Amino acid sequence: MNFSLRQILALVVVSGISIATACGGGGEPTDDGADGDAPAAAGPVVSPDSAAMITGTVSFEGTAPAAEPIDMSEEPTCAEKHPDGAMRQLVMVAGGGLANVYVYVKSGLGDRSFPTPSAPVTLDQDGCEYMPHVLAIQVGQSLEIKNSDGILHNINTQPTVNRGFNISQPVVMETSREFSQPEVMIPVKCDVHGWMEAFIGVQAHPYAGVSGADGSFSLADLPPGEYEIEAWHELYGTQSQTVTVGVKETAEVSFTFSSDMAGNHVPLGEPLVLR
Amino acid sequence: MPEPASTFGAGIDSIYYIILWITGAIFVLVETALIVFIIRYRHREGRVAAYSHGNKKAEIVWTVIPFILVLFIVYASNDIWLEVKRADQGGAAPADALPLRVVAKQFEWNVTYPGPDGELDTADDFVKRNQLHVPIGRAVRIDLGSEDVIHSFFLPDFRVKQDAVPGMTIPVWFEATRTGEFPLACAELCGLGHYRMRASLTVHEAADFDLWQSQEIAASGSPTGASEIDTERANEAEISEGEESA
Amino acid sequence: MSTTQLLAPNVTAQHWADPSHPDDRPFIRRYIFSTDHKTIGNQFMFMSLFFLLVGGALAMMIRWQLGWPGQPMPGGGVLPETMAPGGILLPEFYNSLVTMHGTFMIFFAIMPLLVGMFGNWLIPLHVGASDMAFPRLNMMSFWSAVPAGFIMLASFVVEGGAAGAGWTAYPPLSAVPEYSGVSTGQQLWCVSLIILGFSSLMGAVNYITTIVNMRAPGMTWMRMPLPIWSLFITAILILLAIPILAGAAIMLLFDQTIGTTFFLPEAGGQPLLWQHLFWYFGHPEVYILILPAMGVASEVIANGSRKPIFGYPAMVGAIVAIAFLGWIVWGHHMFQSGMNPLLGSSFMLSTMIIAVPSAIKVFNWLGTIWRGDIHFHTPMLNALAFVGMFVIGGLSGVFMASTPVDIYIHDTYFIVAHLHYVLFGGSLFAIFAGIYFWFPKFFGRMLSPTLGKIHFALTFVFYNLVFFPMHNLGLGGMMRRIYDPNQYGFLEPLQPMNTFVSVFALALGVSQLVFFFNILWSLWRGEKAPENPWRSNSLEWSLASPPPHGNFEAMPAVYRGPYEYSYPGRGEDFWLQGEPPDGGAVHAPTGGAPVGEGVPQ
Repeated sequence: MNFSLRQILALVVVSGISIATACGGGGEPTDDGADGDAPAAAGPVVSPDSAAMITGTVSFEGTAPAAEPIDMSEEPTCAEKHPDGAMRQLVMVAGGGLANVYVYVKSGLGDRSFPTPSAPVTLDQDGCEYMPHVLAIQVGQSLEIKNSDGILHNINTQPTVNRGFNISQPVVMETSREFSQPEVMIPVKCDVHGWMEAFIGVQAHPYAGVSGADGSFSLADLPPGEYEIEAWHELYGTQSQTVTVGVKETAEVSFTFSSDMAGNHVPLGEPLVLR
Repeated sequence: MPEPASTFGAGIDSIYYIILWITGAIFVLVETALIVFIIRYRHREGRVAAYSHGNKKAEIVWTVIPFILVLFIVYASNDIWLEVKRADQGGAAPADALPLRVVAKQFEWNVTYPGPDGELDTADDFVKRNQLHVPIGRAVRIDLGSEDVIHSFFLPDFRVKQDAVPGMTIPVWFEATRTGEFPLACAELCGLGHYRMRASLTVHEAADFDLWQSQEIAASGSPTGASEIDTERANEAEISEGEESA
Repeated sequence: MSTTQLLAPNVTAQHWADPSHPDDRPFIRRYIFSTDHKTIGNQFMFMSLFFLLVGGALAMMIRWQLGWPGQPMPGGGVLPETMAPGGILLPEFYNSLVTMHGTFMIFFAIMPLLVGMFGNWLIPLHVGASDMAFPRLNMMSFWSAVPAGFIMLASFVVEGGAAGAGWTAYPPLSAVPEYSGVSTGQQLWCVSLIILGFSSLMGAVNYITTIVNMRAPGMTWMRMPLPIWSLFITAILILLAIPILAGAAIMLLFDQTIGTTFFLPEAGGQPLLWQHLFWYFGHPEVYILILPAMGVASEVIANGSRKPIFGYPAMVGAIVAIAFLGWIVWGHHMFQSGMNPLLGSSFMLSTMIIAVPSAIKVFNWLGTIWRGDIHFHTPMLNALAFVGMFVIGGLSGVFMASTPVDIYIHDTYFIVAHLHYVLFGGSLFAIFAGIYFWFPKFFGRMLSPTLGKIHFALTFVFYNLVFFPMHNLGLGGMMRRIYDPNQYGFLEPLQPMNTFVSVFALALGVSQLVFFFNILWSLWRGEKAPENPWRSNSLEWSLASPPPHGNFEAMPAVYRGPYEYSYPGRGEDFWLQGEPPDGGAVHAPTGGAPVGEGVPQ
């Protein structure tokens, strides 16, 4: 039966063309960014013979605000993980040191470029809290987002420079994403659990870190030179210092935040709108 | 359907059953006729179909009967509808109702309680997330709003459902007749967390409700209920907004 | 009324089929960019069946998630990580699934099947014309529907995925990308529907003009077959309703792209405005999706019962009444939306009154088969299923028309059950009936009756096992469009029923393959179709299968109504509309519609 056969063939051919056109026109492949700006492998790599280091502590003066209880009764899975009751404490002070301060080299590296680390950085959601609360990542480095709770979390990033994403994790699972531009800081929130909040700092270089429980931090394997170092805290804003390190030297830098600074925090910009 | 837990729940259910009986009877009648005709008039050798273009009398009968039935259903439904919506009183809740404010956002229900003075927008208000507590036997007025998209405030046991529309404050009222804990669900697609935008409604005895309220105020530490940090941030936001507009 | 008054000037200029000249159109004009209404009807059939498959596949994924929440879907691993990492469907992808299932089924499957396919197949043949009034416009109508469909399909592969705000696309969710996580997909949704709107308008203009102007001598209004009446009224509905959708979609697109705030409250816009516009289009759309199905079912039921349609004038009147009432009931979708409750009362009244013309139609179908001589060919089985299922869909509509009951069942699975009883049980069974009935006429081959009956039996049984329990799910309180009902304690006991529904939904999906196989197989291997396999009356059955380009060799004349089955005193139980009266054998039957009054001038 030629009539129908040829008709179908014709239809298939034309449909094929239409699909091709439609995809070509409207369909850009899904891409999380990270092209173009990924650091090239070329460029001066710091030789172990000359590598310098900056270490230091962030200390805190004054009284830290009291921790606030979080009512997790609506999420038994999470409440069970906090037998003593979940608390919200943004100012973590131990032995005079302030934790969760993002410290990074703001300028001084010139136009050097650095390879992207192959090891991922993990952002875990455990007990309806982000672990860690503040994290440092490099441009193009893989961010492994993990849901250890097995209940719905959504990861709503609200950057002003990078392309944001808002993805969900309904079960225990892992998703990876990356950022294409340096940015301080990208807020992360979960719309299902309004109390969940984290911050991600992105740099084009590996010289960034977060102060530990005792307030200490270190930026290792730096090329010798003069650097502007900045420290960022979500409530107390930023501070910066300039420091010079020579070949194989270690420089000490100290930052001090105090309770008077509350309210100084740098307002994060309007989220980048995907239009 | 779960057993009704509100004053008008039984009325709504009674309409449901009236319609179920009427439509059920029509369903049985029509489908039986269909099946009987299919069997009775199936093709057999020698059968000749009747040549008929219709029967005006029959058609008038089956036009008028459904018409009367639907008018009856409309009449019966409208009574309950007006009672539920209090449309004849401009949608206002009973005068002695406990005022609450529920603001929906992706993906949570924030409930503002009036505190001991029984009035919203006073210093002793406090906010609970995803927890609605009401006393039994007293009407509750909820000013329903939304911050972002359209949500729907659904209390299955109370036969209450009302969309929360951004830019509008829509009054909802009900009066609980049973104590216990009941689900509050979002019934309008509101984004990826829609299926989990749930909260609980707890109905207390009147005395227990007051007790709960005083406990909450004590636990939150500050009479305003808002945390220090949040207040700080809010103030700052106000300042920066003020600067922008100036 | 003199029949000559029916003739518009262009009627005389029609290009009738000329058997002495071979059809010398080149391939591309004949099969691809053809202006022949039969070819365009066939093209609409293939396109819509393709999108029916797409919509069905999406439904299978929805049911997988509801039947086995959170379990990796077999074969789901091939989907990209943004949709289903490791085969586990993500909530945002699930929202796209429900949105696109509705959109594809309504706009790209049911509507083009009923209006595009049946309209093109039947209108010129049934009224006795050589083609549509505007054949090139007709071609353009099809060739704008195709890109619209593929734009919609392409939205799955753009960043952010396909639209996820429901097929009703309520703003602000649909207007603000941060709320839904979907930006480009939601814009493509608007663009696609705007293009499809133009396609539908071109079709509607054509149908109305053809039916009004190009009826053959003797084809009076009250001798038109019921599919033509229903398509005529449908075309008017399309002409009036689609511009509202297109306008609203353009406003939504502006809100998404150039910063207007028609539907956003921040700058004084009103989200409810969209709902009013959408449903002012949307409710007539519901009747666009059922009226042609009613027409097709009427045709098949009269044929299968070998009996004139019971109360033809009432059937026509009911179509007109439903279409008219369809314009004043849109508010019943918005009882819980925050609209003034007093409006709810008036919309309840107008909505309930629609039950009356619907009841007339059902009782008249019953009257038609009553004392008939019922032949259970495949089209008839599907048409009878249509009646049985439409009754359920219609009666369940009474529940939600009642405002207090709607408080509880609004946005629950009761609505899902209702709309599927109307759209699947109603429209789709009528579509099956129509395809089984007219396929031989347009492809020259019979569809296999054995496969047809297997397909019917499986579909009918599985269909009811899938959709009837959904009423109970809805009464249990299960909301629509939720990804995992088990998140609510009160819905957990419903999981076995959800799994039950899913099992039979998958079975229902698989059994549709029988239908698609039947079509493909019969295109080449089917039994050759005679001129009039169903011994039916309307004009196309006196032509070859398929009819030649130009249809009739000369202007046909029409001598009687379309349903003169089992006319007393004739040897045969059918009587073609175009067959001249055989002199003395004609005697006026008692009662009923007028029959042939002699040779038209």
